[in-house]
Amino acid sequence: MAADLPPDLGDSVVVLTVQGLDELVTRLSALGYEVKGPTRGESAIVPGSVKSSDDLPRGVHDVQSPGSYRIVHNDDDEELFGWAVGPESWKKEYFPSSQVMWRGEVVGDTVVFRQPDRSHTPLAIVGARPCEVVALRILDRVLEEGVHRDARYSDRRDSSFIAVVECASPADTCFCASMQSGPGIDQGFDVALTELNDEHGHRFIARSGSPRGADVLSSVPTRPANELDLEARTLLLETASRAMSRSLPYGEVANLLARNVDHPRWTEVAERCLSCGNCTSVCPTCFCSDVHDTTDVGGAIERRRTWSSCFDLEHSYLHGGSVHESSASRYRQWMTHKLSTWWDQFDSTGCVGCGRCIVWCPVGIDITEEVAAIAARDEVRVGVPSRRGAS
Amino acid sequence: MSSDRTLLMRPSPAARESLSALTPILHRVVERIGETNDITTLALEPLEPPSMNFRCGQFNMLSALGVGEIAISMSSAPHERMLRHSIRDVGAVSHALCQSSVGDLVGVRGPFGSDWRVESARGDVDQRDTVVVAGGIGLAPLRGAVEELVRDTQRGGGRIFILVGAREPSQIVFRADLESWKARGAKVSLTVDLATSEWDGRVGLVTTLLADAGFDATNSRAMLCGPEVMMRFTARALIDLGMDPEGILVSLERNMQCGVGWCGHCQLGPLLLCRDGPVVPYAGLVSQLLTQRER
Repeated sequence: MAADLPPDLGDSVVVLTVQGLDELVTRLSALGYEVKGPTRGESAIVPGSVKSSDDLPRGVHDVQSPGSYRIVHNDDDEELFGWAVGPESWKKEYFPSSQVMWRGEVVGDTVVFRQPDRSHTPLAIVGARPCEVVALRILDRVLEEGVHRDARYSDRRDSSFIAVVECASPADTCFCASMQSGPGIDQGFDVALTELNDEHGHRFIARSGSPRGADVLSSVPTRPANELDLEARTLLLETASRAMSRSLPYGEVANLLARNVDHPRWTEVAERCLSCGNCTSVCPTCFCSDVHDTTDVGGAIERRRTWSSCFDLEHSYLHGGSVHESSASRYRQWMTHKLSTWWDQFDSTGCVGCGRCIVWCPVGIDITEEVAAIAARDEVRVGVPSRRGAS
Repeated sequence: MSSDRTLLMRPSPAARESLSALTPILHRVVERIGETNDITTLALEPLEPPSMNFRCGQFNMLSALGVGEIAISMSSAPHERMLRHSIRDVGAVSHALCQSSVGDLVGVRGPFGSDWRVESARGDVDQRDTVVVAGGIGLAPLRGAVEELVRDTQRGGGRIFILVGAREPSQIVFRADLESWKARGAKVSLTVDLATSEWDGRVGLVTTLLADAGFDATNSRAMLCGPEVMMRFTARALIDLGMDPEGILVSLERNMQCGVGWCGHCQLGPLLLCRDGPVVPYAGLVSQLLTQRER
């Protein structure tokens, strides 16, 4: 997304102090939202309950590399968002890892199906990352913008309030700039914040992205943003973009993978891939699920949907065996889906460049390195027209 | 709940589509037919009307209540009285369904997916010859389409050629239907991989029936269902005979858990088979996908 503010946003850009941020959290609670945000867990930044800015990971930074994640703490540092992304995305709040679809009860000689209560406490997220907001938009296309709508996903998406915080401290594994999903963001949020901590003080530039975002912002103390604030934001986002050493060729990768299904690299990466599925469990867009029924001793039936992974052998099971039997075919399925066939299926990329799959891979397989390796020996067959892709 | 909150919320999504696509509609087994040693046909009737409206080639998610759910194509035509599914006993759910008795309840969700396009896009009778090629239980998803085609011959539809291959004579399904279709003008050819002493018909792969079946490949279409390798070789043979690949439809299968495009299991490259399939033209993309290993 463009780092520059569209000119017509100028008037609606305001500045919040850290105290103002506290008031924003208080305001959201008063409106009935359950407020969650990034918190400092034992050894990672994890989603948690947020009552005030004291619950946010003040002075915490993350150090990420292939197969490695560490947090470090600096007492002198006031920054609340001086880190990139933790292992858990916000996906689980809308698409839980295990969810009851219905319960069936035997009544006389028939069965009565009951769907779980759809009421829920609306969620407000303070401190989602741009890449995570883009990931939710990608999930929207799968779960609510197809032929069938997952109403409970929609319920939660509709009711939730998202205050995104733009990224100033990308990790070594981040590549959102190349995937057009960060470090800045222009849409998909209720409020967007940019944390500044310079000689003009510790403060947040705030923009609203929805009527309710505007309402909430107008109810907390702010001042209009000035030139200095806006310049500081522009510089911060440019610096963050430049700091990302990893990238993917957003416009070309879909066709690159579509024409390289028989590339030798698939077998080479499979020699390292453990098929553990860590990449799919940390991915903010992976949506595969299993559906299974259970019964209790009284005969009541429960149908449940749980997250699953295309790295499981059972994922592609058909009577007689699995279609994706080799690790190579499972890795190929995962990566070509993320970067290529997602376009065919949902008209968007399936990757936002958050880098979690690189970090949480126990052997440090790097999706950007794998794409580069395929591109280095690209088997372009002249005369074979490309399928549609990201361009 | 504060009134403030209500003001800030976007309009309630309650009016949107509910989870009905996920909740089975109860049907009762009204007839159970043993087709072969491991294939059973269930005729189903909803506990409450209306009956399901569908197109031949589409599928339902059938629930053996408390055991699980599987994707099964309808094996009846919409104009027939009973909704039928023919199920091969290969896993826990299909076993439970095959074991069900008349009077038992079965959950049904659907219909889902694409169909055989028996009628032309304009809804007219298709005047081309239709070549129907089935391997084993692959005749089940084709059965309704054949019923419609046979009916259409009386309205000026093209000729019908039904070519069926089975592992052995006892694995040929719908024998009474095959006789009935023959009596109503369809040309029916059978072959088996492994002949038994009572078999006096053809022996060999279903592709060996193509050359002398008598259809005009340049003015016909085909509907194929069976093992992928069988469909691939049949489609290639039909193309070699001069058939337009766009006119060759195949019914594909992958693991399916939801039927509504959410679970991700039924991917075949760029296709979500529950949504883009199961019936797809063999031309171009699909012919490539079927030659790629482990897609």
